[in-house]
Amino acid sequence: MQWEPVIGLEVHLQLATQSKIFSGSPTTFGAEPNTQASAVDLAMPGMLPVLNEQAVSFAVQFGLGIGAEIGKRSIFDRKNYFYPDLPKGYQISQFEAPIVGKGSFEILMEDGSSRKIGITRAHLEEDAGKSLHEDFHGQSGIDLNRAGTPLLEIVSEPEIRNAAEAVAYLKALHSLVTYLGISDGNMAEGSMRCDVNISLRRVGTEELGTRAEIKNVNSFRFVEKAIRHEIERQADILDDGGRVVQETRLYDADRDETRPMRSKEVANDYRYFPEPDLLPVVIDDAYIEAIRSQLPELPADKRLRFTEQYGLNKYDANVLSDSRALADYFEAVVADCGDAKIAANWVQVELLGQLNRDERSIEQCPVSAADLGALISRILDKSISGKIAKQVFEAMWQGEGSADDIIAAKGLQQVSDSGALEVIVDEVLGANAAQVQQYLDADEAKRKKLVGFFVGQVMKLSKGQANPQMVNELLAKKLV
Amino acid sequence: MSIEQNEITKIAELARIRIAGEEIGQVTERIAEILQMVDQLQAVDTTNVEPMANPLDATQQLRPDVVTEKNRREAFQAIAPAVENGLYLVPKVIE
Repeated sequence: MQWEPVIGLEVHLQLATQSKIFSGSPTTFGAEPNTQASAVDLAMPGMLPVLNEQAVSFAVQFGLGIGAEIGKRSIFDRKNYFYPDLPKGYQISQFEAPIVGKGSFEILMEDGSSRKIGITRAHLEEDAGKSLHEDFHGQSGIDLNRAGTPLLEIVSEPEIRNAAEAVAYLKALHSLVTYLGISDGNMAEGSMRCDVNISLRRVGTEELGTRAEIKNVNSFRFVEKAIRHEIERQADILDDGGRVVQETRLYDADRDETRPMRSKEVANDYRYFPEPDLLPVVIDDAYIEAIRSQLPELPADKRLRFTEQYGLNKYDANVLSDSRALADYFEAVVADCGDAKIAANWVQVELLGQLNRDERSIEQCPVSAADLGALISRILDKSISGKIAKQVFEAMWQGEGSADDIIAAKGLQQVSDSGALEVIVDEVLGANAAQVQQYLDADEAKRKKLVGFFVGQVMKLSKGQANPQMVNELLAKKLV
Repeated sequence: MSIEQNEITKIAELARIRIAGEEIGQVTERIAEILQMVDQLQAVDTTNVEPMANPLDATQQLRPDVVTEKNRREAFQAIAPAVENGLYLVPKVIE
């Protein structure tokens, strides 16, 4: 039996505010437990929430970034459940009237093709604290630093059909929110957490099957593995004539499996009702337009511009616009050296290669865009060959100085002085009399191959610094 | 609108309220009376009335994104029943 997966993703995005959504506590990651939990975050009696303007602005920026309708009058609701890391006994969230309505954005597949995925809604809410279960003499430890951190919950339409699309969706979302600067997108620190809703239906049918929800899958790789695993699990059940149970499952990365999360859970019954401590949030057109006018260029627009303005192919444009920092770096290199194609090549091959090897991000790159631009300029003005340039780049990476400093210090300047080159060429020809004779006896076709040998020897003797074009000209003149 | 005992039991469980077995009948009756009043309200035609999220005729004021709270962990933890390594200790909860 052929089954078609229907996948929807809910992403909880931590917004990059300085303070919490309803209190003036800081949101810094990694602080000592409970040092960033105020009376409001602890739900002390009588404390009231006051909404953070920046969180609203970030939500609106996201909404405009996906072309969504902005909720002009959005309402906060209480989502009621009991858990020790939620001291109030309810989470302040949005239910009936979210701040961001329907929208969509483009995802990029590995093969370079693209697809639009719909967003159902996005709403503001507060994060809960953290529970630690180990080593407290049979008790659990609660850290409320994270309680009240602003989250934007982004709900996709069930339009995703496989694990690869889910990963592409998350990457595109990550790119969008970091371009907008509304989140640091740091998955390892929990800034982007993902719940996956997944069901199978017979190919060709419209009716949806029973879904399972997989909670808290927190890396691109685990999302892919968890979805693959869950599709297989549900297909096995259905193939055997069984029924999928609607439940919440947890992905266990160590065992590469999903398993039921709460066995005796009372079916989700959160008894939402309007939060009486907060008034409706009214957003006017002037506010929306002011934010719209400040939006940066978004990934899809940048990709298009890179192909048009710099003549890059689609693949290169995709790679170079992956993050705003990388795109800015690339454009700065182009501005310095004036050649977009070579700049694109250097940034993608040498720079990204080194960053990968060192496991660094572009923000931690030791070579500035201006320095790389200067290095490429030395290739373009023929001061050095591309091969030597890689050697110089290596030295720049190690912090040995600018391109010009290194070329001067190591004497790597390309030898274009015909007198000096002639000396080397003569030495090579003198030392290889047999090959010279062989060359002279050969026909035109064979000579073309044999001349490579002499070029190689000259380059070797000049430590790669001989101007290859001049070497060829000199050899042509002398080998007669 | 009427309400059954088993619904009361479920709501009590969700709200973590313990109702003694012999009281359930009485509680159910009293809540049913309140629901009768709600039924009366339900009879009003509200076709053109916008749902009200808050009785105050006002909109939410926003605060600037500025850190104003200092670390007062010591004061807060002084009144907590159990703490360790800066964490609040609670009966074990495990998913």
